Amino acid sequence: MPETDQNSIDRHRNVKLQCRNVWKVYGPRPDYYFDAKGYRIEPELLAARLTAEGHLPALIDASFDVHEGEIFVIMGLSGSGKSTLVRCLSRLIDANHGTIQLDGQDLLAATPRELIEIRRHKMGMVFQSFGLLPHLTVLENTAFPLKLQGMGLAEREARAREMIRLVGLDGREASYPSQLSGGQQQRVGIARSLAVGPDLWFLDEPFSALDPLIRRQMQDEFLRLQDQLKKTIVFITHDIMEACRLADRIALMRNGRIIQIGTPAEILLSPADEYVAEFTAEVALARVIRAGDLAVAAPMSEATAEISADQPLEALMSKIGAGHRHFRVLPAGRYPGGYVAADRILAVLGHEAATLAEVG
Amino acid sequence: MASPLFRWLLLFLFCLALVLASPFLPWLAAFPQGWTLPLADVLNTWALPVFDILQGPGRALAAGLDLPLRGLRAALEWLPWPALAGIVVLLALRASGWQLAVVAIIAQAGIVAGGYWPQAMNTLAIVLMSLPPAVLIGFALGAAAHRWPRIEPATVAALDVMQTLPAFAYLIPLLILFGFGPAPGLVAGVVFAVPPMVRNTILGLARVPAEVVEAAQMCGATSGQLFWLAKVPAARSQLLVGVNQTVMASLSMVIIVAVIGGFNDIGWEVLSAMRGAELGRSLMSGLVIVAMAILLDRITLGFASPGRTTILGQKKFRIAFGAFVIAGVVTRLILPEVTFLPDALGRNLARSIDATLMDFVVATGPFFAALRDGLNYGLMLPLRIGLLGAATPTVWGFTLMPWMIAAYAIVFAGGAFILWRRTPTLAIAILFVGLALATGITRFPWPGVVAMALVAAWASGGPRLFAMTSGALGLIIFGGLWAAFTQSAYLTALAVVLCVLIGGALGLLAAENDRASAILRPINDALQTMPQFVFLIPALMLFRVGEFTALIAIMLYAIVPPMRYVEHGLRNVSPALVEAAVQMGATRSQLLWQVKLPLARPVIRLGINQTIMAAISMLVIAALVGTRDLGQQVFIALGKADLGLGLVAGFAIALLALIADRLLRD
Repeated sequence: MPETDQNSIDRHRNVKLQCRNVWKVYGPRPDYYFDAKGYRIEPELLAARLTAEGHLPALIDASFDVHEGEIFVIMGLSGSGKSTLVRCLSRLIDANHGTIQLDGQDLLAATPRELIEIRRHKMGMVFQSFGLLPHLTVLENTAFPLKLQGMGLAEREARAREMIRLVGLDGREASYPSQLSGGQQQRVGIARSLAVGPDLWFLDEPFSALDPLIRRQMQDEFLRLQDQLKKTIVFITHDIMEACRLADRIALMRNGRIIQIGTPAEILLSPADEYVAEFTAEVALARVIRAGDLAVAAPMSEATAEISADQPLEALMSKIGAGHRHFRVLPAGRYPGGYVAADRILAVLGHEAATLAEVG
Repeated sequence: MASPLFRWLLLFLFCLALVLASPFLPWLAAFPQGWTLPLADVLNTWALPVFDILQGPGRALAAGLDLPLRGLRAALEWLPWPALAGIVVLLALRASGWQLAVVAIIAQAGIVAGGYWPQAMNTLAIVLMSLPPAVLIGFALGAAAHRWPRIEPATVAALDVMQTLPAFAYLIPLLILFGFGPAPGLVAGVVFAVPPMVRNTILGLARVPAEVVEAAQMCGATSGQLFWLAKVPAARSQLLVGVNQTVMASLSMVIIVAVIGGFNDIGWEVLSAMRGAELGRSLMSGLVIVAMAILLDRITLGFASPGRTTILGQKKFRIAFGAFVIAGVVTRLILPEVTFLPDALGRNLARSIDATLMDFVVATGPFFAALRDGLNYGLMLPLRIGLLGAATPTVWGFTLMPWMIAAYAIVFAGGAFILWRRTPTLAIAILFVGLALATGITRFPWPGVVAMALVAAWASGGPRLFAMTSGALGLIIFGGLWAAFTQSAYLTALAVVLCVLIGGALGLLAAENDRASAILRPINDALQTMPQFVFLIPALMLFRVGEFTALIAIMLYAIVPPMRYVEHGLRNVSPALVEAAVQMGATRSQLLWQVKLPLARPVIRLGINQTIMAAISMLVIAALVGTRDLGQQVFIALGKADLGLGLVAGFAIALLALIADRLLRD
């Protein structure tokens, strides 16, 4: 599939959003600490000093790249700084230090006028509690960003209807937000954020306010949408399962710091420290790790069965139980495919999975 | 641990010493006139020249205000009443529904039948004229306070003063500036109606969810778009509540300022009827005010309710509205002289009601007179001049023997001593009550009152409240208003205590009994909607002019908060806690006294706070029916157009209200 080939070179694509050494500090005079040009900031020392001097470093030296078409998930518990980070990226709040570049343009240096233009054309954002305007209908809410740009009524309503169809809300155009369920309201939020056709899409815990069942449906919808739209996405969540389901890469945050960045499999299989290990301990590896995560390129002639790379290891269990020991992994999604041996899988899943296999 | 208690005990001993010393030192009981400063005169000599300069522009502004007011008034008069009434019914339909439309029909039919349509329209004209400036100024101030949070504290403080300063006090400068006529009333209405709009604007804008603001920002809104397209519409409901409160405040004020006369409005109608002791007329015009208040309130509130579903669509409403206007204009053009108002009906009705009421008052006179005299001599007089003052041959028919005084002292001291172990706060309170009852509130030595007020202010509000209290007391003492102040304090305290006891009991009943709640709710609604002025009518009817009448009028107005807050507080105790207590086997009374009441305490305290504010704000209006307090001073000042006295007495009342509010807030 040509599409697969494209996805397989994800990592080598252009950097869409570059974030370097970003700090956000709350307190009486945060800017004082970042005044001096030319001296090197030692993050840990500065953070300790800030805390000692009555400041709250909410975001400490955050650096990462988000590539074009990637789903970059920022994960952490409440108070870890993930909300602060996404607000710095969208400049809803101003970082005290660091650089943030969108397509090579320095966001922190953008004038208010430029920022408005960037937001009008390049960024979209979805909020945890939806942020819908209560006095506008679904259609008017969706068309709101277009109205702000000064687009004519007919044109913006046509565009908004298209977006509403995209998120599956056709027929509810005339409803008000208060008449919709939480899931439906968030669909409106998604439609609105997509109306301007942004390249960069921020989602701040978009599904956290929803019931578990609806949340899962919305995650599927989201993946379907992204399959179609191929946006560059920064997705915030506190739910490790959600992160693992959706992410191309995850940035794990704690106390204002990014403590590990990697694919879900990397984070699960080689956690950076105790905290990450503890955090991920509850995740059922068999459901999250996919065949493609373990595949190696070196051919195995003894392969007796085939599996699609985006299948979770769980799906291999019955085949391992039936006696297959080597698998050919077919390329799928972002995975290039290859080969994998049952021993490797069992080693990853550990004792519990091994028992399961014997029983099978 | 004992330090605050010890402080209060010391204070009590100080007061006791003062009381014992006062027979020998007469300057302790009543502040000597010779010690006062001519504050009012100083104010007059400084302010009057300034006002002289301002008078020219003031009169010009008054003339400018007068013109549109006369125009509006003429228009309301010119259109035949059925057309206007039809428009009001349409508004009621659109705002709420059939029920309110029926109420509107009945209320307006009543106004017409009573013969008060022209007066009602004149009042409406002033209210409508005051509305746009009040709403615009209030919105602008609120938006400014929202935009620059630094100016918010100053704004809120100014609002507090604007709302607690008695209207009569600032009517005096307005009268001097604008001269007689409707202009000062209009300006007073605006001044009084601006604060609720400011408060609701600040509240509404602050309550717009952060995510709505962020969402609009992320859509690329400029700051103007953010404000006008996101924040203001999202705060719409709260802003309309502001408009509702603005209308009601304006109505209340417009009716009060009718005392300056000259506009043939409904407030003047009540006042002149009361002065002529025409009970039927004053009652009927009072009912007209109530009808207007209810209609204005419900219609504006209907437009403010967020989930409003209307049975009358915008298009139909516009067509019907236009139809009524055109029909009205056409009718008037064809029949220029016909008023369509039943002339004799109203007057006959008033006369017959008058006669009936007279019969009723005469028949029940002895009962109400006995009630009044009983309470006057049994409760009010001893509170005012104390047991020592009341127990004389002329009042109570006997003289206090030394042994009686000794027994009295022993009872209170013994009670305090027994309670000291368990609840020392209560013990000290009992000591103070005993002392105050002995001397009477108005004869309590003034240095004691000053010391108590300052200690309480310092303890609960720190240096700022202390400074504020010192200022207020200084103004009162050196302004020569001490005697009037003690009268105010006594009247307020008595009204508040009675309101809290009676209203609290009713609120408790309503909390425990759904039927009682259903009966009390509309009564509360009605009492709260009525302009303060109206409460004077029944009180005056039954009890004639006097302090007791003033007390009743104050209580009618101030009894709503305790009822409301007690019921609200008790009913909103977390059901989980109630369930837990029931599960532990609490009886109904245990549940009430040991679970619900303690949990509802903050709400009840807020209710008491509101009661005090309501009572103080009613003081000046109650002065119309005869008191000797600060309110009366303001009223006297208004009569003499004495700017200085009016401002000193007015600010004294405003400061007292603010201090009482701050003292009780935490």
